[in-house]
Amino acid sequence: MNGALLEVEDVTVSFDGFRAVDNLSLSVARNELRVVIGPNGAGKTTLLDMICGKTRPSHGRIRFGGHDLTSKAEHEITRLGVGRKFQTPSTYEDLTVLENLEISYPQHRGVIGSFFFQRTAEVQRRIEEVAAEVHLEHELHTNAGRLSHGEKQWLEIGMLLMQDPQLLLLDEPVAGMSPHERQQTALLLSAIARGRAMVVIEHDMHFVEAIAHKVTVLHQGKLLCEGSMQEIQGDQRVIDVYLGD
Amino acid sequence: MKAPDADAGAGTTGAPPWPAAAAAVGEIASPAQPARWLDGLRDGLLGARGVQHWGGAIALVAVGLLLPFLLGSFRLELVAKYLCLAFPAVGIVLLWGQTGILSLGQGLFFGMGGYFMAMFLKLEATTHSDSSQALSQFYGSTLPDFMVWNSVETLPWFWKPFQSLPLSLAAILIVPPLTAMATSYFPFRRRVGGVYFSIVTLALASVASIVIIGQQGYTGGVNGITDFKSFAGMDLESPRVSWGLYYVTVALLVGVVLFGRAVMNSRLGKILRAVRDREDRVRFSGYDPAMFKAAIFAVAALFSAIGGALFSLQVGLASPSLVGIVPSVEMVICAAVGGRLSLVGGVVGTVLVYAAKTFFSEHFAQYWLYFIGALFILVVVFLPRGLAGALEQLRGARARRAERA
Repeated sequence: MNGALLEVEDVTVSFDGFRAVDNLSLSVARNELRVVIGPNGAGKTTLLDMICGKTRPSHGRIRFGGHDLTSKAEHEITRLGVGRKFQTPSTYEDLTVLENLEISYPQHRGVIGSFFFQRTAEVQRRIEEVAAEVHLEHELHTNAGRLSHGEKQWLEIGMLLMQDPQLLLLDEPVAGMSPHERQQTALLLSAIARGRAMVVIEHDMHFVEAIAHKVTVLHQGKLLCEGSMQEIQGDQRVIDVYLGD
Repeated sequence: MKAPDADAGAGTTGAPPWPAAAAAVGEIASPAQPARWLDGLRDGLLGARGVQHWGGAIALVAVGLLLPFLLGSFRLELVAKYLCLAFPAVGIVLLWGQTGILSLGQGLFFGMGGYFMAMFLKLEATTHSDSSQALSQFYGSTLPDFMVWNSVETLPWFWKPFQSLPLSLAAILIVPPLTAMATSYFPFRRRVGGVYFSIVTLALASVASIVIIGQQGYTGGVNGITDFKSFAGMDLESPRVSWGLYYVTVALLVGVVLFGRAVMNSRLGKILRAVRDREDRVRFSGYDPAMFKAAIFAVAALFSAIGGALFSLQVGLASPSLVGIVPSVEMVICAAVGGRLSLVGGVVGTVLVYAAKTFFSEHFAQYWLYFIGALFILVVVFLPRGLAGALEQLRGARARRAERA
């Protein structure tokens, strides 16, 4: 065990009195690929939103590699090395695949720096490398808006890879993908999780089985249980609330 | 917008914007320069579509350069005035078309540039021109005439820097962008956007014009600041000086358009478009969208101020009628008519709208407002991307037909 990279401590968030996440604690180590499952409304997306700064916890603390994320703005959290992929693919549709990747290159993020930014051979090489990893090497000059749903998902994963984050937060990364694409994505995620930490929200249990090191089950904003895939599948509480059928 | 640099792989954005801009304005590019640099320059400036695509813009510049030979001094002065008003429109293209921020207050910055220049000119006039000196002797004061009439006895502190030309020019170039930054960064940080920010800008322009009109003794009130005849000793009424000013205006306008183009083609331009389409997502690419929005607002303010300063020089007037809501909205209409995605479109739109305004006010003065209202509605309904968008569509259709044949 090489220590936790991400620590969520007693976090609560309520929207108008409704506790979307209720006193939740969780820690994820480097090299770990954690999958979060749970029925709708269990607070999975809210959990990711809090880690990346989109939603502020009303109570509790989130630590990431020695930094307290609770008080930081989204772009600061991103610069610290947290990458987020959203549930509905969020790419810049008016820009090409290449430009989407270029924008995600983690340098020259100021106004003036970005004006003088030049696509050096190094940047170009990195873009091509990432595009190949997410199977978009032949679509570099296609506008992102014209990609299929699955390709957009990949592009967004590619944008995360460009950022080279320490922690990746992926919200339903295989939604809208064919079984074959899912398989490819499982391989890809397992590969990029090495050296990093990853939190994935997913419903497809085959996919979860293929990638998860450890599974966290949320229910009504609370931690229901945590463990390996086998442990989870054998847990009566999980069967009752989620795996039921 | 059709991505302007689908050719980007060839290193379009790699071209250094500065030498490119300079070479296009003057003749800095000597043939001895290495060819690679020139290639980069051509790609960066023209895009892979090359001269054909820019033929229109080059022709426009040529027309602009030739006009003094074709028009009488009255008409030339009108054109010069239209060109000054094109500066804010170019800024609006960057701000609205590229970044999605609709400012209804660009008149504020135009007015800042205009008033700062006029304040300098007025102080020069009170100390140098014969008529003003006669007036001063008569009243026993060396203050600008409107101050004397309003019993202001000493030059107010904020007028003092405008006794110096360098300080005046610095004020024109620095104060408007700083004001823009200061008034917009915090709203943007608080995520005040869209129509709410438009209302903020509307209020700013409105407040500025109310203050100017109210503080007659310091600002010249509703009459504005006028009656100045020389700039740093040059007689503003001599034809040679007005030709010179006209060419300075054309050169600066070309410079501003090229700078805008460099912004659009750089990574900054892509981030701005990303902010326009998906501001939320941009934060998670590690950018602070508030800073980018405030910065482009400042650039648009700078453009406006340059136009305003040139306006004072050429038209001989800084007036609250160029600061408030109506002129600010007119500037937006100009950009919309030309095409809010196209810098050159902004210039063309402005010249057309104001030429139409002149024509209508010469012939059917009372219908001008109906006309501009109708024009705006027609453009929004039938040409949502303005004339430039319509032209591009036409070009695209022709290219497709050629492909099929």
